[in-house]
Amino acid sequence: MNSIIRVGMSTCGLAAGAQAVYTALEEQIRRHRLPVTLVRTGCLGACHREPLVEVIQEGVSTLYGPVTPLAVPTLLESHSNAAARPPQLSWVVSRQHNRADYPFLGRQVKVTTRLCGLIDPHSLDDYLANDGYAALRLALKMKPEAIVKTVLDSHLRGRGGAGFPTGQKWEIGRQQPAFPKYLICNADEGDPGAFMDRTMIEGDPHRLLEGMLIAAWAIGASKGYIYIRAEYPLAVKALHEAIRQARTYGVIGRNILGSGLDFEFVVKEGAGAFVCGEETALMHSIEGYRGMPSMRPPYPSVHGLWGQPTNINNVETYASVPSILLNGPDWFARMGTAKSGGTKAVALTGAIQNSGLVETPIGMTVREMIYDIAGGCRDGRTFKAVQLGGPSGGCIPAELLDTRIDYEDLRATGPSWVQAAWSSWMTRPVWWISPATSLTFTQDESCGKCIPCRVGTRKLLHMLTAITEGRGTQDDLVRLNSLCDTIRKTSLCGLGQTAPNPVQTTMRYFADEYHAHVNQKRCVAGSCRIG
Amino acid sequence: MSNATSQRKYVYRGDPIIEAPPAELGAILERHLGERDALITALEEVQRHYGYLGQDHLRYVARTLGFPLARVFGVATFYNLFVFDPPGKYQVRVCRGTACHVNHSGAILDHLCDRLSIAVDETTPDGRFTLQTVACMGACSLAPVVVVNEETLGRMTPTAAWEALQALDGDETTVRDASATQNG
Repeated sequence: MNSIIRVGMSTCGLAAGAQAVYTALEEQIRRHRLPVTLVRTGCLGACHREPLVEVIQEGVSTLYGPVTPLAVPTLLESHSNAAARPPQLSWVVSRQHNRADYPFLGRQVKVTTRLCGLIDPHSLDDYLANDGYAALRLALKMKPEAIVKTVLDSHLRGRGGAGFPTGQKWEIGRQQPAFPKYLICNADEGDPGAFMDRTMIEGDPHRLLEGMLIAAWAIGASKGYIYIRAEYPLAVKALHEAIRQARTYGVIGRNILGSGLDFEFVVKEGAGAFVCGEETALMHSIEGYRGMPSMRPPYPSVHGLWGQPTNINNVETYASVPSILLNGPDWFARMGTAKSGGTKAVALTGAIQNSGLVETPIGMTVREMIYDIAGGCRDGRTFKAVQLGGPSGGCIPAELLDTRIDYEDLRATGPSWVQAAWSSWMTRPVWWISPATSLTFTQDESCGKCIPCRVGTRKLLHMLTAITEGRGTQDDLVRLNSLCDTIRKTSLCGLGQTAPNPVQTTMRYFADEYHAHVNQKRCVAGSCRIG
Repeated sequence: MSNATSQRKYVYRGDPIIEAPPAELGAILERHLGERDALITALEEVQRHYGYLGQDHLRYVARTLGFPLARVFGVATFYNLFVFDPPGKYQVRVCRGTACHVNHSGAILDHLCDRLSIAVDETTPDGRFTLQTVACMGACSLAPVVVVNEETLGRMTPTAAWEALQALDGDETTVRDASATQNG
C-alpha cells in the first residue's frame, strides 16, 4: 500500500495530542517498513474531531478522528491488510473524497482555507504543486489598473469588519503619488473566540504572502508589514519560514520574477492589546508607540504609516486574492450575494456539536450554519441565541435564525459583522454571561484615550453586575440603554462603538429576562446569584 | 574658558549605574540601533531572554536605543504581554475567553489558585509556578484551555489541570514529557 498519511498539527491539533499520534505513526511505519509518506499538515477546521488523521490509499481518502496513539496500530493494520477488522466506526469521520458523508466539511466551500490541512505548511513545493504563486505570475503580467478592476469586479469586501470594497481601497492607494507606500496585513486576531487568521497562517502561509505581493504590484507598495499576535507562536514561526522560502524562490526581494517589483516583508509581533486590531492603533503599534487609535480621516490609504500611503487589509482579504485572479472575478462574485462576493471563514464555538473553522459562501443563513454544519446543539439543548462577532458583536435569537450571513443583513439585525467569531449559547448557558463577559473584556481592553469608552464601558459593566445581583431597578434599564447609545455614538474607534452591542441586542431580544431581573429579582435562566 | 569648563561639568552623562548594558542585553539591542520602529520588538526580545522586564532593562533600552525613558515605560505598561517581575519556571495561563468561560474555565482558575495558594498574576514562593489569565489563545474548539509555557492543553478540567501541573515535578519542560516519564 503506497499511501499518504496526513496528521493535522496546528495549535488546536497539538493541544488535542496530535504530536503523540504522529510519533506513534512514525514508529509503526519505521518498525513495519510501511511504504507510507507521513505529512504534517495544518488544520482541516474540524477541531471537534482532533487529532485528525487522513489516510490516502490508492486515491481513496479516509478521515479518522479523534485518533489516540493506542489506536494507531489498528488503524494502520486495517489499511495494510484488507482482511483486518475495520477500525471502529466511531473514529471514521469520512470515507468519501467530496466529504458528502460528513456535512461539516461537505457543506463548506473553501477558498482561503482550501489547502489548510491538505498540504505541509512548511513545504514550498506542496504550495507550488497546488497553483502556488501562479496568480502572482499572472498578476505581474497585468497592469496594476487591471488587477484593481478584477478585484473590484469580484465584489471582495474587507473581511476585517467594516466591509469596505477592497478594490476601491486599492484604487485609492494606487492613485497616491507618494513614495514609499506600505502594505499592512492585520493578523491581530484579538477577539476571544476567533481563530480564522491563526488557522490560515498555520496551515497555508504562502497564500497570504502571495495575496500581499499581488496587492503590492497593484498599489505600488515596497514594504509589507504582517502584524500578528505574539500569542500565536506557531503561526509566527510558519510565517518566518515561508518568507525565507519565498525569498529563495525569488518572489521576495528586488526585481521579483523580472517584473521590476521590489518588495520586502516584516513580521511584527503584537504585544497583546485588543485595540491594536483597529487600523490606526495598529499603525501606531508598528511605529513603536502605544496602540491608541487616531481620528479618521485622513485614512491610512492616504496618510498611514509614517505619513505614507498605507493599504491595510485583513488576512482573509489578502488570502482571497490569488483565487480571484486564477478563477476570474465572476466566479468569486457569483458565490456570494449581490453586493458581497466570495466566502467567509467563521470560527464556531460553544454549545454546538461540531466546533471548528468553517468557510461558506456569504449569504448562507444562520440556521444552515448552526444546524447543517455545526450539527445543532450539544447535549440535547434547545437553541437560544448565537453571539457573533466576538465580544463586540451582538446576538441573534432563535426567531431570527434565517438571517443571512451578509454585511447588510447582519447590520439590520443589530450585531455588527466584525470578525466572524461565533459562540452559540443554548438554553442552559445563560443570557447574562455573554454581555457581562464581553464587557469585562472590552472595558479591560479599552485603551483609555477617549472618555465614552474608558469610563462608559466600565460603568456599563457595573450596572450589569448590579442587575445580575438583584440590585437593579427599572430606571437602571433605561439608563443602561441610554449609556449604550452614548458610547456607541461618541467613542473614537470601533472598540468603543461596538462595545455596547452585546448589551443592546440582548436587551432588544430578551427584554423580558431583563425585566424579570429588576422587577421580580428572578433569573429565568437560573444563572444569576440573586438574593 | 572657565565658563566652558563649568558648562561641561553639568553635561548629562546618564545614570552612572547603567553606563554600558550587560553583554547579552547589549547584543539584543545592538540589532535595533537606529531603527525608529524598534521599541516594541526590542522589548519583546529582552523579555524573551530574561523572562521579564526589570527596571534596569528598561533603562538600558531607553538609553541604548535613544528613546525617552517615559516612552519606554509608557509602551511597556500599555501592552499585556510585558511583565515586570521574574516569572516562575512554569507560566500557567488559564484562558478566560468566551468559549472557555462557558466551558467553566473559571472553576479551573479557582482550583489552581486554591491548590497553589496564590492569586492570579502571582508566583509561588518556590518560584515554580506563575498563574496568569489570558483573553484568548485561539484554540476555542478545545475549550477550556490551559497553557503551560508554550504548550496548549485542551479540554481541561480543574483536576486534570492540577494533575498536569503536579506531573511537572522533575526537570521536564513540557507537561507531555512529564506524563510520558511517569507512564514509563
